[in-house]
Amino acid sequence: MKVRLAACGNWILERFPLTKLWEEHMAHYYAPKNFNFWYFFGSLALLVLVNQILTGILLTMNYKPDAQLAFDSVEYIMRDVNWGWLIRYMHSTGASAFFIVVYLHMFRGLIYGSYKQPRELIWIFGMLIFLALMAEAFMGYLLPWGQMSYWGAQVIISLFSAIPIIGDDLSLWVRGDYVVSDATLNRFFAFHVIAVPLVLVMLVFLHIVALHEVGSNNPDGIEIKKYKDKNGIPLDGIPFHPYYTVKDVAGVGVFLIFFAAIIFYLPEVGGFFLEADNFIPADPLKTPEHIAPLWYFTPFYAILRAVPDKFAGVIAMFGAIVVLFILPWLDRSPVKSIRYRGAIFKRALFLFVISFVALGYLGTQPATPTATLFARLFTSIYFGFFLLMPVYTRWEKAKPVPKRLTKEPSLDGLIPALKAAYEEMTIKPDNGFVLFGSTEFRKPNPQGIRNVLVRMAKKFKASLD
Amino acid sequence: MKTISFSILLLVFSLGVAAEESVDLQQANFDPGDRASILQGAKHFVKYCLGCHSLKHIRYQRIAQDFTIDNKKVLADVAPQGATIYDQMITAMNAHDSMKWFGIQPPDLSLASRSRSADWLYSYLKSFYTDTTKPLGTNNLVFKDVGMPNVFWQVQGEQIATYTEDDGKQEFDKLVIESPGTMTEKEFDTMVNDLVNFLVYVGEPIKQERQRLGKYVLFFLMMFFVIAYFLKKEYWKDIH
Repeated sequence: MKVRLAACGNWILERFPLTKLWEEHMAHYYAPKNFNFWYFFGSLALLVLVNQILTGILLTMNYKPDAQLAFDSVEYIMRDVNWGWLIRYMHSTGASAFFIVVYLHMFRGLIYGSYKQPRELIWIFGMLIFLALMAEAFMGYLLPWGQMSYWGAQVIISLFSAIPIIGDDLSLWVRGDYVVSDATLNRFFAFHVIAVPLVLVMLVFLHIVALHEVGSNNPDGIEIKKYKDKNGIPLDGIPFHPYYTVKDVAGVGVFLIFFAAIIFYLPEVGGFFLEADNFIPADPLKTPEHIAPLWYFTPFYAILRAVPDKFAGVIAMFGAIVVLFILPWLDRSPVKSIRYRGAIFKRALFLFVISFVALGYLGTQPATPTATLFARLFTSIYFGFFLLMPVYTRWEKAKPVPKRLTKEPSLDGLIPALKAAYEEMTIKPDNGFVLFGSTEFRKPNPQGIRNVLVRMAKKFKASLD
Repeated sequence: MKTISFSILLLVFSLGVAAEESVDLQQANFDPGDRASILQGAKHFVKYCLGCHSLKHIRYQRIAQDFTIDNKKVLADVAPQGATIYDQMITAMNAHDSMKWFGIQPPDLSLASRSRSADWLYSYLKSFYTDTTKPLGTNNLVFKDVGMPNVFWQVQGEQIATYTEDDGKQEFDKLVIESPGTMTEKEFDTMVNDLVNFLVYVGEPIKQERQRLGKYVLFFLMMFFVIAYFLKKEYWKDIH
């Protein structure tokens, strides 16, 4: 029996390069050994993609892409389909998780210069994935056919009509009707379940192939391929499998704990993952008081609203994404990692992060005059970060980059420091209430908290230099 | 076309201006695990609300199943006469009549607790007051000019709004019961809480079960993480 099985296996291996694929991409793919926290999000994005595809397939089995039936069919899934509620929450939470993971993944690229030569193409594929993901999320959000689905789509599609000359015809062509309607729902369904996912999967494939061609970057931003042993293996590289597969599995564990906690205890996340207005069926005659996209679009939505002219706003919104594509050529610094970059870039990045988060917040809020003023300020910083980059990265005084990887403090190495900080921030009461015999309730210590915060702020300030 | 889309955008951009005047909501006080309260709420719903509002996403059988009550008992205690156990909770009032009487078809309330909130429903149901300028004789503090009469007038009593004079301008002060109803204030509060509890249950019948399962899932994942963590440590011990 065993012999026959092996023969079967050999029959395949003689005809398909399975071993070669495995070795090239897993067992003999050498990754830098100092990956840190930020390097979990690539594999997590893949996990969420698989989650979205699997739960999505299950959802289509009971979902009806029909303006009359769509809303009720989602509730049918939530109530009458066995485990339908779990599948739906996994899909809705997965959508937001996808963006969290992808934003962190992109931020990693930003801080360690992973977009820089020779990885420009990986970055561009990644940006295309981001673009496809936004299209996928936007069209998927119409499918539950709630008020927010409907009016969100109405607003965003009507943006196309701001384009001169062809605008009206273009938005009509996108919608398939004069307003968002059954025709729109049907085509969005087609795009959401087959067209865009196919593109996404293909782009992910290209992203990984391109990555494995040039090799992974690392927190030091050093090319590990420069120093190889006599077998041609990078001295600072370790095989992806088993080292990073086991490490990523642990990361998956942590991610799933958060993911499950949301699904089982907080699926709406206070209106951030599932909006309250989307529990009302779409009504073309009744505009909701406050139309806001889901959180992952709000930074771009805030940019759109910040620009006084409609067409210019649309250009700014798309420009905010387009500018990311040319990032590899905007950055003139010879150094990749933030660890060895000059103070200017660190400060610019710090401002950028603040403005991105602030724009995200402003996008959820009504556009009052003050809010608009702030949105304009942060929009300027957003674009300033990118468009002034060719100038300020040239002024930058980079620190010397080491030849070999530096040792990365492990995450669990942080535990003693955290424990010390906790002890400093709390006081042990004299005759404290004892819980379970050993754990005691400690009281907060204002002085200690102040000390720790001041130390953190000082450390942060020092790290900006 | 351009005008339509432009007006939509205008509307979006002018959100700040159109912001809803907010009323401080009262806090509903119920235990979502209290079966007796939910069932009592179901009875109240059938008695006071089902005349106009449907709950099309729930069947009597689901209620029987979720609270492990005999089907016959649910039919006898909760459902209106003539309903079968497989029926959804659908109002007997037809759309044509409601349009004639109220100018609108009363909305389905299956998801009311999710689109609004428990506190909103509780405050809304308690905030009707006499307003003779309105066609139905009542208005609502939480939902201004609502096209719904106060269905609790008999039990709650008649509530009126009092105002304070401030520089010649009338400012709303509070709602007071002018003539008491058949229930005391406490009894009425309990009734509204039960009703809200039922609507919260109908909004997501699986909620209790989901939270019960969550514990096991999280426990499993934590165990999974611990094993994965030590596996990683074992593999990585020779990497320096």
